[in-house]
Amino acid sequence: MTTIESPDAAPEAPLSDAGNPIGFGRMLRKEDARFLRGKGNYIDDIQLPGMLHAAILRSPYAHARINSIDTSAAEAHPKVKAVITGAVLEGLNLAWMPTLSQDVQAVLATDKVRFQGQEVAFVVAEDRYAARDALELIDVDYEPLDPVVDARRALDEGAPVIRDDIEGKADNHIFDWEAGDTASCDQVFADAEVVVTQDMIYPRSHPAPLETCGSVAHMDPVTGKLTAWITSQAPHAHRTVYALVAGLPEHKIQVISPDIGGGFGNKVPIYPGYVLAVVGSIVTKKPVKWVEDRSENLMTTGFARDYHMRGQFAATRDGKMLGLRVDVIADHGAFNGTAQPTKFPAGFFNIFTGSYDLQAAHCKVTGVYTNKAPGGVAYACSFRITEAVYLVERMVDCLAAELDMDPAELRQRNLLRPDQFPYTTHTGWEYDSGDYPRALQLALDVAGYDELRREQAERRDRGELMGIGLSFFTEGVGAGPRKHMDILGLGMADGCELRVHPTGKAVVRLSVQTQGQGHETTYAQIVSSQLGIPPEDIEVVHGDTDQTPFGLGTYGSRSTPVSGAAAAVVARRVRDKARVITAAALECDPSDLEWELGRWQVKGDPTHGKTIQEVALLAHSSLELPEGVEGHLDASAVYNPPNLTYPFGAYICVVDVDPGTGQVKVRRFVAVDDCGPRINPMIVEGQIHGGLADGVGMALMQAIAFDEDGNCLGGSFMDYLLPTSMECPTWELGETVTPSPHHPLGCKGVGESATVGSPAAVVNAVMDALKPFGVRHADMPLTPAQVWLAMQGRPVRTDLAIT
Amino acid sequence: MQVTMTVNGEEVTRDIEPRLLLIHFVRDHLGLTGTHWGCDTSNCGTCVLWMDGEPVKSCTVLAAMAGGRTIRTVEDLERGGELDPIQQGFMQCHGLQCGFCTPGMMMTARWLLDNDPDPADADIREAISGQFCRCTGYENVVRAIRWAAEHPDGQGSGEAVEPGAADDSAAPGDTASEEVSA
Repeated sequence: MTTIESPDAAPEAPLSDAGNPIGFGRMLRKEDARFLRGKGNYIDDIQLPGMLHAAILRSPYAHARINSIDTSAAEAHPKVKAVITGAVLEGLNLAWMPTLSQDVQAVLATDKVRFQGQEVAFVVAEDRYAARDALELIDVDYEPLDPVVDARRALDEGAPVIRDDIEGKADNHIFDWEAGDTASCDQVFADAEVVVTQDMIYPRSHPAPLETCGSVAHMDPVTGKLTAWITSQAPHAHRTVYALVAGLPEHKIQVISPDIGGGFGNKVPIYPGYVLAVVGSIVTKKPVKWVEDRSENLMTTGFARDYHMRGQFAATRDGKMLGLRVDVIADHGAFNGTAQPTKFPAGFFNIFTGSYDLQAAHCKVTGVYTNKAPGGVAYACSFRITEAVYLVERMVDCLAAELDMDPAELRQRNLLRPDQFPYTTHTGWEYDSGDYPRALQLALDVAGYDELRREQAERRDRGELMGIGLSFFTEGVGAGPRKHMDILGLGMADGCELRVHPTGKAVVRLSVQTQGQGHETTYAQIVSSQLGIPPEDIEVVHGDTDQTPFGLGTYGSRSTPVSGAAAAVVARRVRDKARVITAAALECDPSDLEWELGRWQVKGDPTHGKTIQEVALLAHSSLELPEGVEGHLDASAVYNPPNLTYPFGAYICVVDVDPGTGQVKVRRFVAVDDCGPRINPMIVEGQIHGGLADGVGMALMQAIAFDEDGNCLGGSFMDYLLPTSMECPTWELGETVTPSPHHPLGCKGVGESATVGSPAAVVNAVMDALKPFGVRHADMPLTPAQVWLAMQGRPVRTDLAIT
Repeated sequence: MQVTMTVNGEEVTRDIEPRLLLIHFVRDHLGLTGTHWGCDTSNCGTCVLWMDGEPVKSCTVLAAMAGGRTIRTVEDLERGGELDPIQQGFMQCHGLQCGFCTPGMMMTARWLLDNDPDPADADIREAISGQFCRCTGYENVVRAIRWAAEHPDGQGSGEAVEPGAADDSAAPGDTASEEVSA
């Protein structure tokens, strides 16, 4: 393994008495102890005295006017405590709530329903079965309207106007957004020897965490304090929004994000159900639990992607890439609820130039409303970098096909060189560090690329369909800086607090929230690496707004780049304070001391010194401290990242396609990732494994399509297919280490790298397998039916029902 | 109606609605929340527990159907303060992340090893193929079950596994043969 030493983390950390690395290294997870015993505390595990249960009535139509709602029979149900409709909420000025993209969304429909599954009424009852029974007793008179299903036709003349709630709105247009320079791009294309054009869809998918979304809200009628347990990846942001939406005083709101059964972006937005649970508790004066069923999760909560893209690559005949441009129709559903920094309505899609040295680039994204659930930025996409990487990596393969050039060679020729970093792209991103050719070469070596190509040639001669697909990705993760990036005006910087108790045990408090990433272990290791306190002596507190400092939460792979840096900064502040205290105790000058992991000692005389544990006791003792030095041993920080971090990687997928059925079997998957130094390599590898499975799933199985009436065709796990152990191969991982120059530990975020990078490798492999059929592109998911059609030269649109 | 069954070695009797699902019975009526609910359609397998010694998806079993039968849930894997080798394997091999699918996975894995103490990787994959994990990409789940097969007595120390008691044989290092120098 290559190890480039980072400034503070020795690659081989010494072990604590418990056998844990004092710093970076493989360490078994602290959180496993409760999960393995069935003692996790997920949202549906929470039981409060007197707690009621809620359920949501949802629209069967994609687009319909509501003429009337009769709730009398439901209200008469003996176990029903409250029935809430949009009309009730209008009286409270709560029928609409702001989205994370400067739009509004109906909490409960008042005038119309605008997607199938939209929230229409909320029932609170004594138990979950009774709540569901009561839904059946509500009579809604709908007047069906023509729906807008095809994003490409949303702006057609005469298309039904979905958002007639917005004054003066006469079409389904949301925004136009551009990046790059049109003029220079046009010139490059005009002069180019080769121009390749390809339309492609990144279809709507859904992160489908195994735990659905839910909430338990308890408004204490005496104290006026709201405690809300919520499946939230961003508890502090949620608290602030509840204060803004409901007019509740923020200091009287406690948001607790308990153990979360997977998030992947699905648990960033604020859903009507969360708000309704609060309203239900206010109305009934009891705790109210609301938990989605699977269909509700798949049909109504934050979906992902839905990008309709036209890419164009300009190049020389001998394979020098020159320019890339792309036009996008972005389907945002019925309400623009995408979760991304305010200045980026298309997320970070304009990182679409990827890992290549180009002369010009331009993209234009047009956002449209359709009669589908809102969302768009979810599912480990790093704010739409998934779509960007897919676009560029598919385009590279299309170019390779046009030039009849090996796709590995084409990439290797055009990758950015190490001496070009820091590199500013034509759309304004400053890549902080990278050694791309080395990562690609390593992947080719691990895969045995040349041998694979020889095998492929032999198999082709026998009529067998074997494909080899490459993908090279550059990610940008760790939002902010706060001056460029905010969510609803909240700057993307995160707080951290660290306190070392008198006996030398520490508590670190984080603004971010784990959904399985192992923060309780990793952050203990970060603090351990800076202070020498064994990680088992460091408790990580997170997920409770009453117990942790403010911050924007965990998504976009931002925990390690932002909060990881914050944890390192507070630990260093504690270390600096410990130096002063040690000097006071030893009656020397702080500058006479040097740091040896876990201990300040006199330079040249290591027998005179104090361990961090001794300093902790001294800090709380009667020791006379210098003027201006307060007692105790603690620190806090708010970390405002100077830039994103830019992890990257090279992926190679090998597939076999059944020529009779079109079924794709992923035979091998090689993933070389560079995320800088790895705090806990075991956890990093687990993150990569999961993302690779996502890539296989999206490329081959997962898509949420709609029929012409706007019916969602992916509303259960019988229809929305997820990869199992049978579709996933044994992952083959490799690693290079290029530290981030601006992160205190050199670390880059890695949680979404594999989800971002892998789909293109799988699709490229399948298209490579189908090369004998002369087909250049078919859209995901490459189901047996789609592959079979592609072999006949007629792949279909996967976002629409096959009719 | 009244239903009586043996759950984790204890006989329990409760008044229930006939339509009550077994998953809700163990979670809401018995407070055994280690078994999770995930999909309603028998696809995800996070609700797997044992009924009369066989793994079943308890989201599609009525509690009434479990009357007179023997139920075993994840809470019963740990015995005498010692984790089952399956539990140890999941920890050693990082076979879980968010932990939501883990109880169901472990119950299937325990059943597999009880019936086939030395399964091939393909058999392990087949055994868990009716269960989703959204975090691990399955590789470490397979390794975890293999670890348990190779350590039928667990770590053998008689002590519960705790963080830090890393078994180098499972170190990933797991990926030693796959991790490559450059």
